[in-house]
Amino acid sequence: MPRLSPIISIVRTSLGTLVDRRAKNPVSYTLDSTLDSVNMAEQKAFEIASRWGFEEDAQHHIAMAVREAAVNAVLHGNAYDPNKKFFIAYVMTPEALVITVTDQGKGLDPGSIPDPLAPENLMRASGRGIFLIRSFMDEVKIRNLDPGTEITLIKHVGREAAKSKEE
Amino acid sequence: MTLKSSTRQVDGITIVDLNGRITLGEGSVKLRDTVRDLMGKGRNKILLNLGDVTYIDSSGIGELVSAFTSVRNQGGELKLLNLTKKVHDLLQITKLYTVFDIKDDEAAAVQSFVK
Repeated sequence: MPRLSPIISIVRTSLGTLVDRRAKNPVSYTLDSTLDSVNMAEQKAFEIASRWGFEEDAQHHIAMAVREAAVNAVLHGNAYDPNKKFFIAYVMTPEALVITVTDQGKGLDPGSIPDPLAPENLMRASGRGIFLIRSFMDEVKIRNLDPGTEITLIKHVGREAAKSKEE
Repeated sequence: MTLKSSTRQVDGITIVDLNGRITLGEGSVKLRDTVRDLMGKGRNKILLNLGDVTYIDSSGIGELVSAFTSVRNQGGELKLLNLTKKVHDLLQITKLYTVFDIKDDEAAAVQSFVK
């Protein structure tokens, strides 16, 4: 599948800048542009957040942020194109859970997203996904790959998570 | 978990008991179809009971907003009942908590509709 190679290498390059040698158990998937894939990505995020000792609210927030990022990749990025994939990688470092979602779509300009909290946008039926991601994660980075978009979600390890890992 | 819905009438108000997830795809479509069906029958005083809704994503929030707007544009009222903490928090951070009329007591909610 030659058209996937550039994206895969980009994902690897990007992760290489984020993850040091202490990173444990990196997990990555190549997924079809379907809602089933969105559900799978969300479920996997929940399992990983739980396994690494994030508290219940954080598990929910991480899973929801991943769901919204996956929806963006499938719906707005790849537009359900069966010939396009999206990629998701979960990496746990001692400091944070780092999740990267990459699509093969036309790219996203974060500056073009209207503020969903602005009075004129409050009653819009869409446009809250990136806002929710930013609300639920500690750090969010969006990179236009031309083509494609990479969104990196970072949740720092809290005291409870660190304690759980020591046990 | 898919979204299930059932409707009942109390004092002229249609209460929609929802159970499951309101997310992009099946859940959002189910909610949209349910509200459209009620409006088509002229039932435009609607109380959505979200007590058993375990999860709503951004698409589900959008569907709630669309339902609220559609019913209001038809001269009706749509209110929300029994929010879980997760849904409550979601409506807080999206600043929609003050947009929707949100109730936690069914009898009082039914009485609050304009008769």
